[in-house]
Amino acid sequence: MLLESRGDRIFNVSIYIILSLVTVIVLYPLIFVLSASFSDPQTVLRGEMLLWPKGFNLNSYAKIFQNHDILIGYSNTILYTLIGTLINLVMTIIGAYPLSRKDFVGRNAIMALFVFTMFFGGGLIPTYLLIKDLGMLNSFWVMVIPNAVSIWNIIIMRTFFQQSIPYELQEAATIDGCSNIKILTRIILPLSMPIIAVMILFYAVAHWNAFFSALLYLSDKNKFPLQLILREILIQGQTNDMVKMSTESAIKQQREVEGIKYAVLVVANIPVLILYPFLQRYFVKGVMIGAIKG
Amino acid sequence: MANAKVSALAGTRPEAKRDSKLKWSRISRNWQLYLLIFPVVAYYILFHYVPMYGIQIAFKDFIATKGITGSPWVGTEHFERFFHSYFFWRLIKNTLGLGLYSLALGFPIPIVLALLMNEAKSAKFKKFVQTVTYAPHFLSTVVVVGMMMIFLSPRYGMVNHLITMFGGQPINFMAEPAWFKSLYVFSDVWQTMGWSSIIYLAALAGIDNQLHEAARVDGAGRLRRIWHINLPGIRPTIIILLILNLGSIMGVGFEKVLLMQNNLNMETSDIIATYVYRAGIQGAEYSFSAAIGLFNSVINFILLITVNWVSKRVSETSLW
Repeated sequence: MLLESRGDRIFNVSIYIILSLVTVIVLYPLIFVLSASFSDPQTVLRGEMLLWPKGFNLNSYAKIFQNHDILIGYSNTILYTLIGTLINLVMTIIGAYPLSRKDFVGRNAIMALFVFTMFFGGGLIPTYLLIKDLGMLNSFWVMVIPNAVSIWNIIIMRTFFQQSIPYELQEAATIDGCSNIKILTRIILPLSMPIIAVMILFYAVAHWNAFFSALLYLSDKNKFPLQLILREILIQGQTNDMVKMSTESAIKQQREVEGIKYAVLVVANIPVLILYPFLQRYFVKGVMIGAIKG
Repeated sequence: MANAKVSALAGTRPEAKRDSKLKWSRISRNWQLYLLIFPVVAYYILFHYVPMYGIQIAFKDFIATKGITGSPWVGTEHFERFFHSYFFWRLIKNTLGLGLYSLALGFPIPIVLALLMNEAKSAKFKKFVQTVTYAPHFLSTVVVVGMMMIFLSPRYGMVNHLITMFGGQPINFMAEPAWFKSLYVFSDVWQTMGWSSIIYLAALAGIDNQLHEAARVDGAGRLRRIWHINLPGIRPTIIILLILNLGSIMGVGFEKVLLMQNNLNMETSDIIATYVYRAGIQGAEYSFSAAIGLFNSVINFILLITVNWVSKRVSETSLW
């Protein structure tokens, strides 16, 4: 090991300072929301709560669990996420496996058919008209079918099949009289559990966070996912705040709503929060596999 | 995870034989593969190519009862109406402005972050920085915009508490057209910089350590080594991502803009995509807004192809 020059030492210190600063900037808003949700709303709104909860209480959470819209939205989102992810997973596997096989005649043409949609599409209006013509407006399925599979994930999965599972294994199975579907279910899938975990997480987070197709295609409030309800509480409520500022009681009521917002943010992200350690590990893996053939 | 042996062995198979008999035997032997992929192909045709067929309504006067095919042709009428409308330049300015602003900040910051993280010697510290900076990636757009609105609220937000504490006047950030672009870009950087740096970190991890050893022996300091070894090492990755980013410069995060948009900041927040949404979905002007949408995606497509072509010429790195 050579001696570090003075310049290198200064460099070293500045790296730690800059990275710490970045970390604080990213972390502070997150901690603030978490602490605020456990605090007395008054202290938060007056700006007295800075980092740790002040006037600890769970009132905001209690109010959330009395809110009909949030509960419905929550259960809808869970349903969309479960069914949607299942469909995504099946579609990604059955799309990626044939494309991973070198002896699959037409793989390049089919791949081109898929990849082209990454760069060009019909756009919002023709897609909307199609959904309308299919009679899918305001149905459960509109949340899980129009985004049944993503080409990025097909590419990632195909790359995994090609690079991590020896082709000879499949050839040997064919010689032993194993059909293609059996090869997939008995040999490929059991060896692909890591990538399947990545896919489940990718798709599930996307479903959990999706709001636009709901905004576009759903009008029945009983079908709204959580994100749309969140939008009403967090964003549209905020817009009202700019306009109306009338009576004393209205202001008081509004303060209550402001307090609830923090708790809503936390509740909406609880699953993501719990899954975060897995998400981080597996997602990074997924991004890496994708990058090989990016 | 990569298995180089596979491709090496696969090359020994008699792939060169291209007579049609073999091809047909392969197809019939693998009929189950076609059965497997059929739903996916059907999905792509129905949900991606049928809408492309539907683009023709941009050149038609769409009448719901007559359907897409039956509606009368009107040529480029909708495009002309769009080009001559008074909001045309406003939309172009906002769309392009937001895209360029995002690129200018959102593109280099993850690269710098990755280079810095790569230099941090303590593995624990590095891991902690990564864990924290990746986290916002998993928040939904609604949550990020919601948080931004809470923090920036003119009466209750902590940012305005700070401003008033130092004797300033509270700013209604979300309602100020002048603030919109910066809020959009900086919140985006906050949310994505960590995650976007992963791909560069991966590329940095692939750089041969011997290069660094040799440079160190030659007396190169750390900054010089970053400049002459690390940066060139991740150049292909940078270029590929730049191509993708430039190609989507007119396709900025539409969902987020829509969420941040309100009547007061419309002057700077109205972009092509949100206009299409308003005119098309809310105003039911299907043909007109489909024309605007098509205009946008054609520009995107041309941009991508051009940038890719230029990059192929200049740096021999390209998407295809």
